[in-house]
Amino acid sequence: MKRLWRWLIPLAAVPVLVLLAYGFRLSPRDIPSPLVGRPAPGFALATLEGAPLELATHRGKVVVLNFWASWCYPACYEEAPVLERNWRGYRERGVVVVGVDVQDKREAALKFVGDFGLTFPVAQDLKGTVSVDYGVYGVPETFFLDRQGRIRVKHVGAVTDDVFRTTVDRLLAEAASP
Amino acid sequence: MSRVRIAVLAALALIGSVASPIAAQTATPVSEDAVHDIALQLRCVVCQNLSVADSPSEMASQMRAIIRERLAAGESPTEVQRYFVDRYGEWILLSPPRRGFNLLVWLLPLAAVVVGLATAGALVWRWTRRRRGVRPPPVTVDAAMSERIRRELESGS
Amino acid sequence: MTADLGYGMTLIALGLAVYGGVAAGAGARTGRLALIESAQHAALGVFVLVTSCFALLTYAFLTFDFSVRYVATNTNLGTPFYYRITGVWGALEGSIILWSWMLALYTIILIVRHRVGARELYPWALATMLGILAFFLLVMTVAAPPFQRQAPVPADGRGLNPLLEDTGMITHPVALYLGFTGFTVPFAFAMAALITGRIGDTWLVLTRRWTIVAWYFLSLGLLIGGWWSYHVLGWGGYWAWDPVENAAFMPWLTGTAFLHSVMIQERRRMLRLWNISLVILTFGLTLFGTFLTRSGVIASVHAFTQGSIGILFLGFLALVLLTALGLVAWRWETFRSEGELDSVVSRESAFLLNNVLLVAAAFTVFFGTVFPLLSEAVRGVKVSVGAPFFNQVNIPLFLSLVFLMGVGPLIAWRRASLDNLKRNFLWPVALGIAAAAAAFALGVRSLLAALTCATTVFVAATIAVDFTRATRARLRVGESLLPAMGGLMLRHNRRYRGFVVHLGILIIALGVMGSHAWSVQTETTLHRGETAELAGYRFRFDGLTAVEESNHFKVVGAFTVSNGRVLGVLRPAKKFYPQEQAPIAYVDYRLGLREDLYLVLGDFARDGSQATIKLQVNRLVSWIWIGGVVLTLGALLAILPERHKSV
Repeated sequence: MKRLWRWLIPLAAVPVLVLLAYGFRLSPRDIPSPLVGRPAPGFALATLEGAPLELATHRGKVVVLNFWASWCYPACYEEAPVLERNWRGYRERGVVVVGVDVQDKREAALKFVGDFGLTFPVAQDLKGTVSVDYGVYGVPETFFLDRQGRIRVKHVGAVTDDVFRTTVDRLLAEAASP
Repeated sequence: MSRVRIAVLAALALIGSVASPIAAQTATPVSEDAVHDIALQLRCVVCQNLSVADSPSEMASQMRAIIRERLAAGESPTEVQRYFVDRYGEWILLSPPRRGFNLLVWLLPLAAVVVGLATAGALVWRWTRRRRGVRPPPVTVDAAMSERIRRELESGS
Repeated sequence: MTADLGYGMTLIALGLAVYGGVAAGAGARTGRLALIESAQHAALGVFVLVTSCFALLTYAFLTFDFSVRYVATNTNLGTPFYYRITGVWGALEGSIILWSWMLALYTIILIVRHRVGARELYPWALATMLGILAFFLLVMTVAAPPFQRQAPVPADGRGLNPLLEDTGMITHPVALYLGFTGFTVPFAFAMAALITGRIGDTWLVLTRRWTIVAWYFLSLGLLIGGWWSYHVLGWGGYWAWDPVENAAFMPWLTGTAFLHSVMIQERRRMLRLWNISLVILTFGLTLFGTFLTRSGVIASVHAFTQGSIGILFLGFLALVLLTALGLVAWRWETFRSEGELDSVVSRESAFLLNNVLLVAAAFTVFFGTVFPLLSEAVRGVKVSVGAPFFNQVNIPLFLSLVFLMGVGPLIAWRRASLDNLKRNFLWPVALGIAAAAAAFALGVRSLLAALTCATTVFVAATIAVDFTRATRARLRVGESLLPAMGGLMLRHNRRYRGFVVHLGILIIALGVMGSHAWSVQTETTLHRGETAELAGYRFRFDGLTAVEESNHFKVVGAFTVSNGRVLGVLRPAKKFYPQEQAPIAYVDYRLGLREDLYLVLGDFARDGSQATIKLQVNRLVSWIWIGGVVLTLGALLAILPERHKSV
């Protein structure tokens, strides 16, 4: 049997098929942020009530920065109670939750805050500059900042108790040790 | 239909927001073309495959406003682009920057054309040579004759 | 009840298709006609069953039968009658039913047409068709069953994706799928040719018209898709180089290459291997397209929801490619026929060049589409490959192809003499250069635009030269003008029909070029009564109104357009659907031969006092649709049987 090389012809299709099969292991919606590990961009916004809200004032605390919107159903509705619960649980230990409301209307946002009884500070990002500064794709997205003000973890989708606690506990422990 | 109405009122409450006006309260005048050129190269982050220039979404419109602002503040188009890449990664560029591994996507199509042309050229050369080698040169039909044949063919008779 | 009935029919159809495929194969091997006849009956059964499934699902849509999950997800009580019918194929499961139905239909046509004429090839082609059909029926039973019970039965359904509430949505998938499935027939005959070892010209002759039909529907599908994108998606363009658009475009490119290289094989008995490969490639790419659309591997606007179906499609793609290429390897020796050419300057060479460019373009599109995957696999970095890349890389290729469109049909077969060249190309080349000069004089400074002008005029001139010459020849024989031209089209070989298709493509190219080079846009916020200006047009914002429709609610803006005199009122809107989070932009436009006005409503204040708008003046876009009509005409002519045998 000579000309065995001709059987290489069908094999030419294999790399392409393997590449496509590899695609199943990826999620096209899951995009890593280049900001992780870098200092968090500062911002100065106004809260829904009109009070100034600056990131810099929370330096030295572990900051949980949550981007949300009242139209983001159901994920934002799922995570709102989680955020509130953990904010209450952790606030005495040097943790602050900051909400940033994006592409939203003030009345709708206020209603959302009222419905869920949110007590952590919530600012409105009217022009979208802060969301772009943080490379936000969609809501909800949550950034966990350490005491040095660096972004350590980016979480896409609704935050769960588990995610909140493990991440914040780790950042607290790390900051206490040196 | 009440279901529609409720949903709609909810939706309206959300969307009919503050309509952040696009106005020329800027320092240096910025041409819309310059904004458009930068926006064309950026991927709209909430859409799937549209550029920031093309997308009708609110997010894209805010991003265009940011481009406009940064240009007005005196940044060069390259700097504006770098601002977005720093935050979203290379992913946000609709055409991969021409360096490193990305060169592959730019060069391979070119290589394909070159290899294709070379192969076709080599084949044509071989086939025409074979012809000459094996047989006597083909009879040259004179122009007038071929024209006549052609006319007769075309007349369809 | 409905769901069970439908599911039962799907299962039986699957059984019949598998049986038919096996029977046809066995019949072909043993030569027992009874088996082949039995396979034909099975195919007929499959067709009847799939048709019934389709009818049943349509009936379920029309009667709001929410006990069927697919109906409950894709319609609600507010969905208008018209969209309840198109909703049948609006989502994944229904699209597979439509696909299967078309395949079954093609199988029946294949049986009717080729049962007698092609004794050797036909049984294997039938077996291949039924095998592919069996796969789609498998998908219908396992991965994406349209007939699934919904319990408890909801009072109302969810509703159709609002973007699909458009007339383009009836025709776009239908045309596209007719194109996609149409390439199954040439593929089936190619497989038959490989299996039987009769790789000569018979299979080509048999599938010639099929290929043209498939190619035409694919072109139509692409064009309607562009039109839908332009007037529904509201982003101001017609082609976004989205992975799924690319997926439909690739088989079009290779299919076009095949249509041309076939002619070389017909005349010179060359390129057999190449032609078989092109058919395999084209069919493989149609499967790749379905895979891409339905697997969610690559993010895309058009993507259906994902699920196990992707793996199923990938498996089938692997099976098809490995089998087909394996057969090519097996028959390798038979392909060994060396070609002979008389001259480098000949139509054969022009066609080869055309094939190289088309396949290179297909490769470029393919590689660009899968490159993000490769980048992530190798570097772990996500990148995007979008419109700027594809435009930049493909424009030189397409421009060369358009140029060849002028050269190919007029250069002589075998050997082009200097006289032939001078006679055919002197005037067109001169006109092309003149056009470039004129463009330059009129202020066009981009090299690309000038080159495109020159090429377009050159090609148009070649077509005109040849056409007038042939008509004049007929006039001389005593025919009068109109019958002479008509006769040319209808009677005289397919050359002139091909010209009409070329003319259509040329007009489309003109539209694409014009819209790229000369469109302008701006974005602005207006208070009521204020005016925006663009390219000599003034747009006055007159206010907003709210309107309630049967299944949605919309906010409509009114903008008076004038350019010295009032041209009319444009009413772009935002539609709010209960089932959608984000509102849908509804554009308004004013089409014209020279330019379209295109207006998108953005953000607005709730009291209607101000609104942000995106304004576009898109140049020459209408010519794309006009080109589509010309192309349709040419393709219809090409499909008509020839009254005169071509030379």
